[in-house]
Amino acid sequence: MTLSPHSDNPVQASPGAWRLAWQRFSADRIGMWSACIVLCFLLLVALTAMGLVAADWEKEVAIGHAPPTWATSASSKGAGPSQQLPDVLDYTPSHADVTDPIAKEWAQAQRAVKPAGEKPDVLAAHLPMGADKWGRDVLSKTIKGAETSVLVGLAAALVATVLGAVLGAVSGWFGGWVDDLSNWLYNVFHAIPGILLILAIAAVLDTKGSAAVVVILGSTSWTGMYRLMRGEFMKHREREYVRAADAIGASNMRRMFVHILPNVSHVILVQYSLLTVACIKAEVILSYLGFGVPVDGVSWGTMLTEAQNDLLVGIWWQLLCATLAMSLFVTALSLLTDALRDALDPKVVQ
Amino acid sequence: MHAYVARRLWQMLPTMAGVILLVFFLFNWVGGDPAYVLAGLMSNQEQIESIRTAMGLNEPLYVQLWIFVKQVATFDFGASWTTGESVSQLFASRLPASLTLMLPLLVIETVVCLVLAVGLSWVRGSRMDRGVMVLFTLLMSVSILVFIILGQYLLAYRWGLFPVQGWGDSLWKNLSTYAPLPILLGLLVGVAPHTRLFRTFVLDEVDQDYVRTARAKGLSEARVMFVHVLRNALIPVITFVISNIPGLLLGAFLLERFFGIPGIGREIILAVERSDFPVIKAVTVYVALATMVFNLLGDLLYRLTDPRVQLR
Repeated sequence: MTLSPHSDNPVQASPGAWRLAWQRFSADRIGMWSACIVLCFLLLVALTAMGLVAADWEKEVAIGHAPPTWATSASSKGAGPSQQLPDVLDYTPSHADVTDPIAKEWAQAQRAVKPAGEKPDVLAAHLPMGADKWGRDVLSKTIKGAETSVLVGLAAALVATVLGAVLGAVSGWFGGWVDDLSNWLYNVFHAIPGILLILAIAAVLDTKGSAAVVVILGSTSWTGMYRLMRGEFMKHREREYVRAADAIGASNMRRMFVHILPNVSHVILVQYSLLTVACIKAEVILSYLGFGVPVDGVSWGTMLTEAQNDLLVGIWWQLLCATLAMSLFVTALSLLTDALRDALDPKVVQ
Repeated sequence: MHAYVARRLWQMLPTMAGVILLVFFLFNWVGGDPAYVLAGLMSNQEQIESIRTAMGLNEPLYVQLWIFVKQVATFDFGASWTTGESVSQLFASRLPASLTLMLPLLVIETVVCLVLAVGLSWVRGSRMDRGVMVLFTLLMSVSILVFIILGQYLLAYRWGLFPVQGWGDSLWKNLSTYAPLPILLGLLVGVAPHTRLFRTFVLDEVDQDYVRTARAKGLSEARVMFVHVLRNALIPVITFVISNIPGLLLGAFLLERFFGIPGIGREIILAVERSDFPVIKAVTVYVALATMVFNLLGDLLYRLTDPRVQLR
């Protein structure tokens, strides 16, 4: 029995679906580039989460609103507040302070009472990407913000995916009253515009923070996944391989999640990627409105909130940095999704 | 046709009941005892007690649910917890501002996106088409917040082309002075996703037999695309636009907030910030109802514009 019938005349095994998909995907230059960018971001997020990168983002390393190194000549004309007060290094000039007659003395007094070891002796006048109001490095902040935003987006999309996929699978597989019940639930969630449901849940949830955002976005965005999975499971239920599995006595659970699930996993993957993009965008808006990540945490959304106030006094680098990071990641992920869809759909012959 | 409408309306009942149950569950169970929220809003103990009695908070849950159902059916949600205004009054007074902003935006956006979509399908596959699609992908990756923040700062604050924010009483003044910048920014945000969608609608038509026939007759390509194809591509566009109208009221909430426009969207944000539950409950229930009605309208219009469609 060790010899297969073809051992004398070996036939090459036909490549599996994932292998074929990978062949198609690796031929897609745009897809490969966006995959690289997304992987870089994920690596950065992982390193930040382990505390290896941007761990000291909260430290005051420069004077308030220190401009980016490469833009110093330009911003000296634009008169950033930090340029007007070069002799006071470690207090945060704001609009109110400029008119405050004792601001300078007050800052010096403050400096005198602060313990010596708490901050570096010399605060930098420039940073690669500038500093925020409190003299924190904008680059580190953006990286730390990426950790929050990307993780929240991935987690919220995961919650929605699992909810939608399980409900859709059960509904499409069993049919009958289970299907009616889930369809009713789908109709109810579908009738309320997403953003309204998100705000309503945000209003009743007492807690704020990353976990709350995951709950809010996860519980509201499962409907698309549900509809897709329900359709797929209804389609696959009648296929021969599933009937064959039934004939050898595979249980419902086994047929649903061992036999069918791998055959629809490409749909889930593409939808998950789409959901992640949507959730990251939604997190930014929620945090801006003050229903998301709290102010003492940092995400791309809270950075945009701060950047809006900064912009009024001519400080643009925080806006630029957060926008660039977010657009780069979201564009790469969107293009990656398109490439994945093309590569994974077996019907597309290229 | 009548039977179809009757059945669709009948099918709305369980969905509506579900929406009411969901909202009730959210605000009376997940949200905890509203009296706790109320205590933060008002100091007058008698006032709180009277609201508690009106909401039936001292009664069992099913009585509270019944009170809520009656509120939905009679359009009477009582008074806002923060302003004291009646909720229906609040909506009536906020609706005009939202419509002044959103209706022009809807019309302009639909026309612009349609023309762009047909034009792009005309040159489909060309460098131009691909370039614009890449540009749209980039536009869609930038948060709507960035568009608004930058647009308001540059166009209004720095260059003074528009007022930074504000809203007046006269419709004409609002339309000519205060609305253009929000509409422009809304257009900038909406043009990419909608053109992409409409382009797929148009591309579904360009390979049909009637298009080949029209070309064979010797019609100009412009006539083929902008008369024959456009008319057929309009069918899904109409459905899409109609069923999106209820969402439009809310879609503008960021614009309304940034530009100080007293519309429904801004009111919702304020209500969420102040935990003004009656306002949020009312909006959620009625917008859901409107969504269902407009979905039905969209389907009916689909039938009117395309006689081939069978409503079942």
